[in-house]
Parts: sequence; structure tokens; C-alpha cells
Amino acid sequence: MVNLNIDGEQISVDKNSTILDAANKLGITIPTLCHNPELTTFGGCRLCLVEVDGNPRPVASCATFVQDGMQVRSSTPYLERLRSTNIELLLSDHPNDCMLCERAGNCKLQELAYYYGIRENRFEGTRRIYNTQDNNPFVSREMEKCVMCGQCVRICEEIQGARAIDFSYKGLWTKVTPPFERDLDCEFCGQCVGVCPTGALTGKMWSNKGRQKFREVDTVCSYCGCGCNLTLAVKKNKIVRVYSRKNTINEGMLCAKGRFAYEFVHSPERLSRPLIRVNPKSNWVLEDSDQPYGSGKPRQRLAGFQDFKEVSWDEALEYIAFKIREIKENSGPDAIGGLSSARCTNEENYLFQKLIRAVIGTNNVDHCARY
Amino acid sequence: MDDKKAVVKVCAGTGSVSAGGGEVLRAFENLSRSSGIKTGFNNRCMTQKVGCRGFCSRDVLVDVILKGEKTTYEGIKPDMVPRIFEEHIIHGRPIREWMAGDEHKRFHSGQTKVVLSHCGEIDPEELDAYAAAGGYGSARKAYTLMNPEEIIEEIKRSNLRGRGGAGFPAGHKWEFARKTRSDKKYVVCNGNESDPGAFADRCIMEGDPHSIIEGMMICARAIGADKGYIYVRDSYALAVQRLRRALKQCYEQGLLGKNIFGSGQDLDIRLYPAPGAFISGEATALLKVIEGKRAMPVPRMHRTAEKGLWNRPTIVNNAETLANVPGIMSRGAEWFAGLGTETSGGTKVFSMTGKVNNTGLVEIPLGTTLREVIYDIGGGISNGRNFKAVQLGGPTGGCIPESFLDHQIDYESLALAGTIMGSGGMVVFDQHTCMVDTSKFFLEITQAESCGKCTPCRIGIRRMYEILDRITKGKGRLWDIELLEELGAHIRTTSLCGFGMTAPNPVLSTIRHFRDEYAVHIKDKKCPAMVCKDLLSFSCIPENCTGCGMCKMVCPADAVRGIRKKPHKIDQQLCIKCGSCFDACKFGAIHIQ
Repeated sequence: MVNLNIDGEQISVDKNSTILDAANKLGITIPTLCHNPELTTFGGCRLCLVEVDGNPRPVASCATFVQDGMQVRSSTPYLERLRSTNIELLLSDHPNDCMLCERAGNCKLQELAYYYGIRENRFEGTRRIYNTQDNNPFVSREMEKCVMCGQCVRICEEIQGARAIDFSYKGLWTKVTPPFERDLDCEFCGQCVGVCPTGALTGKMWSNKGRQKFREVDTVCSYCGCGCNLTLAVKKNKIVRVYSRKNTINEGMLCAKGRFAYEFVHSPERLSRPLIRVNPKSNWVLEDSDQPYGSGKPRQRLAGFQDFKEVSWDEALEYIAFKIREIKENSGPDAIGGLSSARCTNEENYLFQKLIRAVIGTNNVDHCARY
Repeated sequence: MDDKKAVVKVCAGTGSVSAGGGEVLRAFENLSRSSGIKTGFNNRCMTQKVGCRGFCSRDVLVDVILKGEKTTYEGIKPDMVPRIFEEHIIHGRPIREWMAGDEHKRFHSGQTKVVLSHCGEIDPEELDAYAAAGGYGSARKAYTLMNPEEIIEEIKRSNLRGRGGAGFPAGHKWEFARKTRSDKKYVVCNGNESDPGAFADRCIMEGDPHSIIEGMMICARAIGADKGYIYVRDSYALAVQRLRRALKQCYEQGLLGKNIFGSGQDLDIRLYPAPGAFISGEATALLKVIEGKRAMPVPRMHRTAEKGLWNRPTIVNNAETLANVPGIMSRGAEWFAGLGTETSGGTKVFSMTGKVNNTGLVEIPLGTTLREVIYDIGGGISNGRNFKAVQLGGPTGGCIPESFLDHQIDYESLALAGTIMGSGGMVVFDQHTCMVDTSKFFLEITQAESCGKCTPCRIGIRRMYEILDRITKGKGRLWDIELLEELGAHIRTTSLCGFGMTAPNPVLSTIRHFRDEYAVHIKDKKCPAMVCKDLLSFSCIPENCTGCGMCKMVCPADAVRGIRKKPHKIDQQLCIKCGSCFDACKFGAIHIQ
């Protein structure tokens, strides 16, 4: 353990922690844009500079290990001036269109500009202007708003392992792009969207659905058994975006389904009550124009939909129990098989096999993820 | 050397090859082949290509050594070869009018050749030539007679400091790597010299590649590395070719590979020709490139000597630093330390360019004054003009005015004067150079070469460039000098790597020493050196104009109006300020303001 002093407060931390870690432990806020504790140190935004006694230059607190007896000052007029100049530089190359930006109100850069009171800019000059060319359905990329924090690049490589994007070009025109500046064509986990501090990366389906005053509903993802915690942003009783909080089991990370595949909730085709077949199976035809990203039009109803009858849960369960008992009596328990789902939790799957084995009395039980 | 032998040494560095050195060499070879019978002499004529000897402004340089006497010819063209051969080699009469004169002597007399001692003397493509000059003796000594601690002690005593720019003591760096325990260690030679106007490392790699390999072998022995990389800029085609050849020869002779000199230690050195990006010369960025990533510096949370390539201890030394090592081992640390100042031992190679009479590669002991280098070795300012400033250390170095000329050249004094040693670029400016335009030129390079990682460097340098640009276009604002100073100091303080920390140097040093020039640009909208085109206006002095029409003829924009034999006029709307009329006028009738 190492003892150090930050802004007059003494703290003892592990020797592998950085000054920023120690300051966070003390509850001292040091502004950062590029720091993410889950990822490797980047040290690019230069906002987390602190003064250390005996050091002629300010040091980046995210990239400096603590040392015994260190005297750190996290905020002095000099440091605040350096930080505000850096933010001024960032804003001099920023479209400044917060009025239309998807992230307004939830943007780190906007917050810093507000905090440091930057309205006029001494460094007006060339700004990056790009053509948007992305034809993917999920991630909207406005690279003019990028502050080059590199979190998207790092999370893509280090956590997702996809390596779909990296830096290209040099100087002011450095840009995060997919290879050869082609359209983004990755697994669309949206992790990059999750970590982006500005409006450079947003969800395409979020656009013009509202930015603030959401009702936040915490829930668990129903797509698989992992149990990722989701937070649904609800407006006018409709989900407008999905994200996950940092302090959850999944540490704020989600996959493509959890993050983007929420439109089914409001689909008119969604089954909301049990159905019982009234007519026997006839020739079913599936819609053949099955586009990968969907056309946005409501799907054609399956042939034979009218062959079902809506019933209550009690009726449905009674019907199932009656039918199973009938088969078991007529043909024995091994005529029955149970297939459970990966979208259920471990506990639910356990209970299901218990039901099949103990109540029905057969070992014919399987699971879609077992292969 | 057998004094009956005639030896012809033809310079074969890049500068010389472009000046026709290849043809000169071939001409000598053809003649010597056919003349063996004709002359009937016993002496055999031998031609050699040798590395660059520095005096590039007088290429192609040819040494003829006859009976142990060396005669140097300069500016040799292939059609001059038969006469040299006929008169000098066969009849023993040197050709006086082609011989190198006093300038050549002056250029070389002030220099001390340590790193460049083999350049211009031995054939860089032959291992035997290097071995005959005592090559690989130091490596043999290091592997068979010395233990690693002794080697490190020797390097520490020699005061050898990194020649890449920052000047970190090499011995200490090696010691850190030695003391760090690891299953694998690396030694990397940084040959990514990308400064415009610097060619010191290039000449060493082209003229004496084996000395770098030997330096790496000694370093590997000292720290216990078994893998080495020579990181060389891909556009140095000749250097890549010669290093590759040198490595091949070393493997063939068993100097590299398994069990070197029977010591039980292995060393494998790979050549890494890297696409040249300026920033990939920064040590951490260089290691990222070897790992297969984008050249972006990373914060130095650990020393690279402790956690470098793939998190293993790695020594990254400049090519020139490594080329110094064999000499230190063979001639002793005291000799090397004695060459320089108290804090930095040895010599430094500078690439002297710009407005001096003798441009080329100069090796001087540290502690020499700038005046000695520019006026004695460089032969003064060309065209008899006055000295204005010298820019040291490539595009991230600073400009030093005349008042600092008597300062010593070493790491500390240069830092005091506001510049850096850098890779040894030395650009001399005369009074016809505009300092605002010069710093704009250097910033144009650095703003484009920034890797884009940290905010102050990526955006800040670009903004500085834009401010300079508007000053040179007459749109400067009154507070621009202060803004430049503040932004420059900000970039210097907050940048992530050495590139950003030094990139504002050209601007800050010129503001410090030539503040008036900036003020004149901004307030009076004038360029005192007559360089910034947007601030100039060309006009015709009617009293002097004879109406000869020369200006009218050369003007590319048809801006000169006038009838023959009558004074002409220049249309300011059409004038593109190219200066052709000024150069063409024989009567001094064109006035520049």
C-alpha cells in the first residue's frame, strides 16, 4: 500500500493504482474524456492533468502511478486554465450543434463546456467536415463530433474482440473508421455507442424520439440466460432507447440484441395472449421476402392465423395439462418430449427438466443451446 | 596496405549516387579491367565503393591512393574518368585542377570522425572490409572477455547519451533493462529518421551498416537480449538494401544466430522496414508499430527499458548511438568521454544544410561552438550574405540567433537557447529568410504529422499553423503574438509525447529572438525579408526603367503594361508576386515593398 496526499487529504491505495484511481476513491472529481477503467490507459484528452510536487510539468493522472509521499493538487488556477484551453481547442473543431444533437443533455463535452463557461473561442479555424455514408441500420456515426478519446476503438478491440474500427489519417484529420472507410459492417454490439462521450456515435433508431425526461425502467434482458440488466428509456409509454447502468452484473455492456432489438415490444404482431388451435394444421406459407434488416413495413400475416382462438392463461394451461395426461395414458410417458429455451434462466430450465422428469416421467428433455 | 596497389575509392552514398557516382565507379572498373595488360605494371588497380564522406555539395568525390598517397578529386563526372586514369594512375601525375582544394581541407579539419570514421574509407557492402578495419573486434571482446556488468559500466563511464534527441544516458538505460527480470528481452535500433533535412542516420546505415549491427550485438550482450530489430525507414532504399546484405553476411559468418563467439548467447536480428511516419520515430510509437499497431505514442507509465515490446524489457537506441558503441569498447570509455563535455561524451553528427557554403554531413565533438561549425567547417554563409539564424533539431527544434553562436553544442546549452539536439538537423538561414514564414513551414510539417491522439497536439498545432498563416497573409491580429505564445506554451506543457512537447519550438524560439519581425508583419503588414508574398507589392521605378520590355516578357500573369522605350507599370490586380520581373530587370527598376 502506498500513502499519498491529494488536495490535503491523505489516502492509502494499492501501489498499482493511478492518481486518478486514488482521487476517485477520495471522491475528488478530475475531468476526463478518454478514461475508462475497463480499458487500457489512453492518455489522449489531457484533461486529467494534476500537479505533483517535485515535477516541473503537470502529469496526466490517469497515466501516472501513485508513489509514496506524493503531494498531488488536482485543481489549481493554472491547471484549470490548461483544462479550459484544451476544451476550447476541442470545441474549435466541433460542429457545436447541440440543439440537434442526439446526446444533448447527456454529453460529456457539453457538460465540460458548460462547466468551464466556454462560449467564445479564441481558436476558430478549420473544422473537419465529413459526408455521412453509413448504410447500417444501427449505428449512426457523425465523426465531426468525435473528440478522439479512442474509447470506441479500445472497447471494440479489447472487450468485444471485433476490431472493426481503428484510427486512420493523421493530424487534425485523424478519424475513427472501419477498414478503408467502408460502411460499418460489424456485429453491431453497439459497445462503441455505449462508451462514446459525445454525439459522434448514437443509435440510428434513437433519432428524433426524445433526449431527456425519460422514464427509466430497469429490467432484465429476455434474449438469453445471461441476465444482462437493461434500463429502458420510456417516453409516452414507448421504449425509445435501451442502455445498461455501470453498476450492474454486466457492467454496462450489452450485445446487439439487448441494445438494439427492442422494437418487438411494440410490434402489433406480438402475441400477447395464449392461442389455442381450433382448426387442424393446413399449408403454412412463410413470407419469402425475408430481408436481413427488415423493410420497416408490417409483415404479412401468416396464413392460418385465423385458425387460432385467443384464450386466457388458465384455459391454456388446463388444455395443455389435459392433452399431456391424455398422451401419457394412451402412449406412455416416453411419447412426450420437452424442449426448453436458452432465453430462460438456469433456474427456469432446472424447473422445466424437473417437471418433465419427475411429473411426466420421461428423460426426453433437451435445450436449444445443447446442440 | 600494399603501396604498389592503386586504390580508387568512389563515394557511393545516396547523394553521390544521384550525382552519378554509379557511372563513375563503373567507368573506373571498366578501365581497370582493360588496362591490366596495357600498362604492364605490377600494381593492380582496385576500385571500391565507399560510404558517404559528408561533403555532399561537391559530389562525386573520388579518392585515388597511389603508393600510399591519397589524392581527392571532387565533382567528378564519368567522362572525366579516362583522364584521371591515364594521367594519375598510369603515369602517376595527379590532375591539379580537379583536385579538392582548401575548402575540402577546411571542411574536414574541424571534424572528429568517430561514428563516421569508416564512412568513406571502407566498402559498406563487404563484411571483410569492415573486419579488416578492426570490425567485430569489440563484439568479440564483449562476448568472450567481458561480463555484462562490465560492458554497462564502460558505457556509463563513456558518458554516451542517446543521440535521438532527448539525450538519455545510454548506460543507465541499459542498466534498467539488465536489472529487469524477464524471459525475453529486445534491442531495437531506431533508424526512422524522418526530419526533413536530416540525413545523419541514413549515412551511417548506408556507409557503415556493420557498426550498427555490432553496437546492437554489444547491447544485446549487456542486457541479455536474444532478439533485435533494426527499424529503418522504408524510403531509405539504399540503407534497407545494405543493412539486409550486412545481416545476411553476419548470419553466413556465424556472427549472428546461435551461440555467438562460443559464449552460449544467441542473437537474432531482424530488419523491420517501416512505412515512414514521422511519429513512428518516437520510442513507444515505434514499439507499437513493431507489434503491428498504428504508430501512436502511449503514456510512459513504465520505462520501455522495463516494459517495452510486448511488455518485455526493450532497449530502443538511435542508430547513431549504437554505432558509437563499438568505438567505445575498442578505444576505451575515457577516450570517448574526453571528446565531449562533462555531461555528454563523444561526438555528434549534424546534417548541415541551408545557406552555408559547404553543406553536408559534419561530425563534431560535443562542446564545439556553433560559430566554429558554421564558419570554419561550413565555410560561412553563401553568397557573402549575413548570418541570421540557425535551426537545430529538425522541424521540432528551435531557431537560434547570432547572439547564441558562441554557445557550446551540448544538450543543456541547446535547451537553454530554446532548441533541442534532435536528430542533428542544422539549417542555416541568411538575412533573406523570413522567420515567420520559416516557422510556418516547420509547423506545416508538424501539424500534418501529428498522430492525432492528444488534443493539444492534434488541434493546437493546427491552430498555431493557421495563426501563422494569417500573419503571413497580412491578416494577423494584434493579439496574435501573445496567443501564439500562450498556445505554444500550452502545447508544450500538456502534450502526451516528445513530439508535441517540442513541436511549438520553431514558433516560440522565433518569437523569443525575432519578435519585431512578427510585429512588423502584423502591424505594418510588411515582410522585412521580402518573402511573404501576400505582403509584397512590386512596382516600377520610372526613373530607372528603360522600357526594355524584359519584365513584360517574363511576367507569367501579363501584369506588366507599357510601351517599348517608355517606363512600364505593374498592374497590382493581376500581379501574382512571383518575382520574375525583379530577377529579369537589369536596371534595378523593379521596387519591392
